[in-house]
Parts: sequence; structure tokens; C-alpha cells
Amino acid sequence: MAHIDLKNEQPGIRGPMAYSPETAKPLNELAEILLRNENNSLTRGERELIGTYVSYLNDCFFCQNVHGAMAGYYMSCDIQEIDAIKRDFTSADLSEKMKALLTIAASVQKGGKFVTAGQIQEAKNKGALDKEIHDTVLIAAAFCLFNRYVDGLGTAAPADHEFYTNRAPMRAADGYIGSVK
Amino acid sequence: MAYINVPEGVPGIRSLVMFRPETGKHLYALAQVLLRGESPLTEAEREIIATYVSNRNNCVFCTQSHAAAARNLLGADSQIMDDVLNDIPNEGVSDKLKALLTIAGKVQILGKEVQQEDIDAARLAGANDRDLHDTVLIAATFSMFNRYVDGLGSLTPQDPGEYIEMGKRLAEKGYATPPIVPAT
Repeated sequence: MAHIDLKNEQPGIRGPMAYSPETAKPLNELAEILLRNENNSLTRGERELIGTYVSYLNDCFFCQNVHGAMAGYYMSCDIQEIDAIKRDFTSADLSEKMKALLTIAASVQKGGKFVTAGQIQEAKNKGALDKEIHDTVLIAAAFCLFNRYVDGLGTAAPADHEFYTNRAPMRAADGYIGSVK
Repeated sequence: MAYINVPEGVPGIRSLVMFRPETGKHLYALAQVLLRGESPLTEAEREIIATYVSNRNNCVFCTQSHAAAARNLLGADSQIMDDVLNDIPNEGVSDKLKALLTIAGKVQILGKEVQQEDIDAARLAGANDRDLHDTVLIAATFSMFNRYVDGLGSLTPQDPGEYIEMGKRLAEKGYATPPIVPAT
């Protein structure tokens, strides 16, 4: 049971988004451009993985499962591999650039001031562009919003992992803007 | 100096939005609808919640700019903003706002920190579903803005006068997306 009467039965963030379509619009448009827009040198899978990892650090069950399933779909790996990356990305089969960006995302999750000049330099040394660093910080910050919105209102999340993996191909095809009916 | 190549001399989130207007326009649209759109909370109350969360996140730019906006909106009662920041009792702060600030403070830590008893206490003080929704989303949104501003090391003006101007503009004109100019 959510903390407020959302007047709908939709799971996770879609509940408060349907309750408040005026605020859902910019939130979904932000998600669309950050995570799905093709004009980006980070792949959709890499961007979803950043969102998944921050949601995992924030212990948000709904978000880490939705976006973990999305990352797995784009990266053609199963949910066990995504779970292994969440637990320890440093020993995962990821590019050095991606590891440096996940390090920055983990600092953002703690607080903006936890990001260090050394972490930024390391990402640049591994080939990260300014726009990629920008998007990493904003994706991590945006998930600090989404996770708090979902859990701060006590929204309901399906416990079954298949619910998330089954939906991922549809969300990948349709995008975020029309996700709330 | 910011960590990435943003326009020089432009403070805080404005510089980041000018660097990447495609994401920036949605951030400003969110701030506008959340802080100036329809809500049972007054514009001043919403700015107070935003400032309270930004201060707890140690984001000087967001704290100072939104405190200045709140002082403008509060007019003769502007001391309320300072007393909330300094945790000094002020009878101008309603029981409802006090209860909502408690919830905002928990959201700032993490969503799961919000307990049923916090919700019950806010309802007892007169908060309705919409008050609660808007409070949680404002606190969550500033948990994003604060991280964005500090995570990229954007410029934080040291001159208090700059924030007075910003506060006036935010109170009078709201959140209009900054002009798009290419980074130099």
C-alpha cells in the first residue's frame, strides 16, 4: 500500500506518475533523452547500467529490477550477470572507461561533493568525453530522484523478477515518454 | 573550475544546462511545474522545502539561490526561511509545514526512511495526499539537482549579492530555461 491514495494500481514509479501527469511529463522526457536517445556515445545498455547500479546502491527494488532488465536486454546478458556487476563492477567484463564512469556514479549516489577531480581525470584518461561524464553524473543524480520518489511514497513493486524481464523488450521499443497511461 | 567544459563565469545549474540544453530544458520544466505549478502548498512553502533539502545536502549554490527565492516570496516574513535553516522555532511555520519538512529530511536520506508514522503525523497536522506527493517529489528532485550541481563542480558564487538577484528573478519570473549558447 502506497503512503497516499494514488487512484490507480500501477506498479512502482508509474503509480505516482499517473497520479501526477504534470510532473510525470518532464520526468519521462528526461529519462528518454538520458537513457534512450540515440544521439549519445554511451550505449543504451551502458546508460541503463549506470541507472541500475545507482538504484542498487539506493536499495530501490523496483528501479534496479526495471533498469537491470533493460540493461540486460540491451547488453544481451541475463539478470544473473547484471546482479554480479551490481555486486562488484570492478571485476566485471566492462571497459575501463565504463568502470571509471561507474566509480563517478557511485560517488554521486553518496552526494555531489563526493566526486573528486581524480575520479574525473581517471575517466578522461580512459577516454571519457565531457558529455559522457556529464550524462553519467546526471543519470546518477536522476536515479537519486527516481529512487526516492518510488520509495518515499511507499509504492508497490511486483516481487517476481520475470515481471521486469518480460516487460523490457516492450519498454525498449516504446520508450519512456508514453510509459504512463 | 567545473569538471567539464561549461560556459565560463556562469554559475551553478545554469552553466550545466547551457552545456547540455537537451536535458536542461526538462530540468527547468520540472522545476517550474513543481515549484510554480498548481499545488496546495504555497510557492514560498515549496521553496522552503527545496532549500531545506539543499542545505542538508551541503549544496551551497542551491541553498543560497532557493533561500533567496523563498525570502522574496515570503516578503515581510522572510525571517522564516532563515529560522528554518538554523533550526530556530518560528511561529510563522505551520505545524503542517513542520511535519512536511520532517518527511523531506527523510527523503533526503533515502526514500525508505519515510515511515507510516511520519505520514500520519503530517495528515494530523492537515496535510493531504497532494501535499505529501509534492513534498516527496520536491525533496527527491533537489536530491538530484544538488548532486548535479556539485557532482560536476559547477561555479558557486561567493558574493551574497548575486543570490539576492537570483532570488528576485526566481520569485518574479520562475524557472525559464537559460538561453542556449555554445560552450567556449
